Amino acid sequence: MRHAVVSRLTPLVEPLVEGLIRLCGWSAIFFVFAIFFFVFREGAPLLVGTLDLGEFFTSVNWRPDSRIQAQYGILALLAGTASVTALAMILSVPAGLGAAIFVSEFCAPRVRETLKIVIELLAAIPSVVWGFIGYMVLNPLLISATGAPIGINILNGGIILALMSVPIIMSVGEDALKAVPDTYREAALALGASRWQLVYRVLLPAAKNGLLAAALLGIGRSVGETMAVLMATGHSVQIPHSLLDPVRTLTATIAAELGETVEGGDHYRVLFVIGTLLMLMAFAVNLAADLAVKGVRGKQNG
Amino acid sequence: MASEAATTTGVHADAFRRFTAGPVERRKALVERLVACLLGGVTVLLVLPLIAILTTLVAKAWPVLSWAFITENPQTYMTSGGIWAPLVGTFYLVFISLAVAAPIGVLAGVYLNEYAGENWLTRLVNLAVVNLAGVPSIVHALFGVGAFVLFAGFGRSVLAAACTLAVMTLPVIITSTKEALSAVPQSFREACWNMGASRWQTIRTIVLPNAISGILTGVILQVSRAAGETAPILFTGAVFYVAVPDRGLASFLPYGLLDRCMALSYHLFTISTQVTGVSDALQYGTAVVLIGLVVSVNLASIAFRVYLRSRKRW
Repeated sequence: MRHAVVSRLTPLVEPLVEGLIRLCGWSAIFFVFAIFFFVFREGAPLLVGTLDLGEFFTSVNWRPDSRIQAQYGILALLAGTASVTALAMILSVPAGLGAAIFVSEFCAPRVRETLKIVIELLAAIPSVVWGFIGYMVLNPLLISATGAPIGINILNGGIILALMSVPIIMSVGEDALKAVPDTYREAALALGASRWQLVYRVLLPAAKNGLLAAALLGIGRSVGETMAVLMATGHSVQIPHSLLDPVRTLTATIAAELGETVEGGDHYRVLFVIGTLLMLMAFAVNLAADLAVKGVRGKQNG
Repeated sequence: MASEAATTTGVHADAFRRFTAGPVERRKALVERLVACLLGGVTVLLVLPLIAILTTLVAKAWPVLSWAFITENPQTYMTSGGIWAPLVGTFYLVFISLAVAAPIGVLAGVYLNEYAGENWLTRLVNLAVVNLAGVPSIVHALFGVGAFVLFAGFGRSVLAAACTLAVMTLPVIITSTKEALSAVPQSFREACWNMGASRWQTIRTIVLPNAISGILTGVILQVSRAAGETAPILFTGAVFYVAVPDRGLASFLPYGLLDRCMALSYHLFTISTQVTGVSDALQYGTAVVLIGLVVSVNLASIAFRVYLRSRKRW
């Protein structure tokens, strides 16, 4: 009986289910385009209309609220994003890759499992909590350590972002090292290389594309991070002159100002233009990382 | 290196000395030990902040942590009381976003692992998943405003915020489903096909049951990610304050789908930066509950994964 039912329904159900599965599979493409479309759509009227792109990229004057003449120059915001990201990368790339090498080549399996769990938990801490840590814990520490009048600055945001991007750099870096065939290791060890010589002379050159991808993904994470930099880097729209200057990043600007804008106004639209810019930056970083990893894979297959 | 060692020890050395380490070998061993210590130190430096941060947070939050802190609503302009209303809001957002993202994500994972061939379309889908995971969270918020709040007409609401979170966390579910499915041996599928089963029958009766636990760990990770995110819900549905019933059944169902809601992550942001006069302990307490929620969900997922690996039969 059951067999009869199944065989009668199957020809009907199967194409339906298969179609649904294909539709869901393609949904990722759909969502990427939808995100681009909807963010661009809100910003487009300003972009094709009155926005002077030259001024947009080269002016440091961000005065969106000015009644007399609003000015939308994002150079200072770009400088804010660049400075915080650069500091975060200087701190987190060596640390993350060093930890990846340690975990993958130097430590015992048991320690490795524990460390990976800890790093996974580090990655799980929400960005608003990181921002809170920067704002409440690191802020007074930095004031007493550096004597700066305010502890919410590039240094604070850089440290927080570094801690946030270490897990991704570490896990992608470890994958890259693991992707190097074991025969390379055996050959180097057979020639009498120490483990450090093996890492330095064999693994790093062989895995360099994957390690580059790890650093790129770390940059992507830092550029796109919002809540932590909103709370930990301060609110001055300015070109920074020292590590102790507060800055405002692109992402923090959107988060801080969108709530106060009038829907459809110039200020509202310019924030969507910044969003489009951020998305293009994220796409560029991801594509570069993807190409770096694919490059290394192609070479090993061939 | 070995030949260098041989020349420095000399050809006339006696048989024992030939096997003791020469200066080059000794330096090699020293460098290796130094590097191992250095890299180990770096790794410890990454672990230490986590421990330091967690202990600081818990220590400062200790005075307020109690059952009442969780079950009471915020009172007197958020300067006293507990976190019930935001906590319930977070649960709303998490479960609605899960209901939207889980079916789409799991089916997309099934497509990528079971149906997709080696062609440009598959490459494009994979690339889209990677890019979707890399879109900054604030851009997701802008997308939520443009698509769900305005275009779909949800307004700023629980539904719009949950949909935004769902799109954002979709890649987590897709990637982990794909991994769980690819861990099922190909021979299982082949055996099933040989019995005359169709592709979908094979997936439904053999592949999915064997991969369900791996898929669940991905879903758990989605929950933790959705619970902690703040930026995507900023302009799509989270709100500063909502008056919520204090007790009874009504306190469990305070928000409608089209109402705005409070959320724990946004609540932490507002009481630490927007509201003045909130005691430190209250702020730390909120942070600890948020971390506790996210970390315990993650630990559950990890424990689940370890348990599964231990009882894997193939």
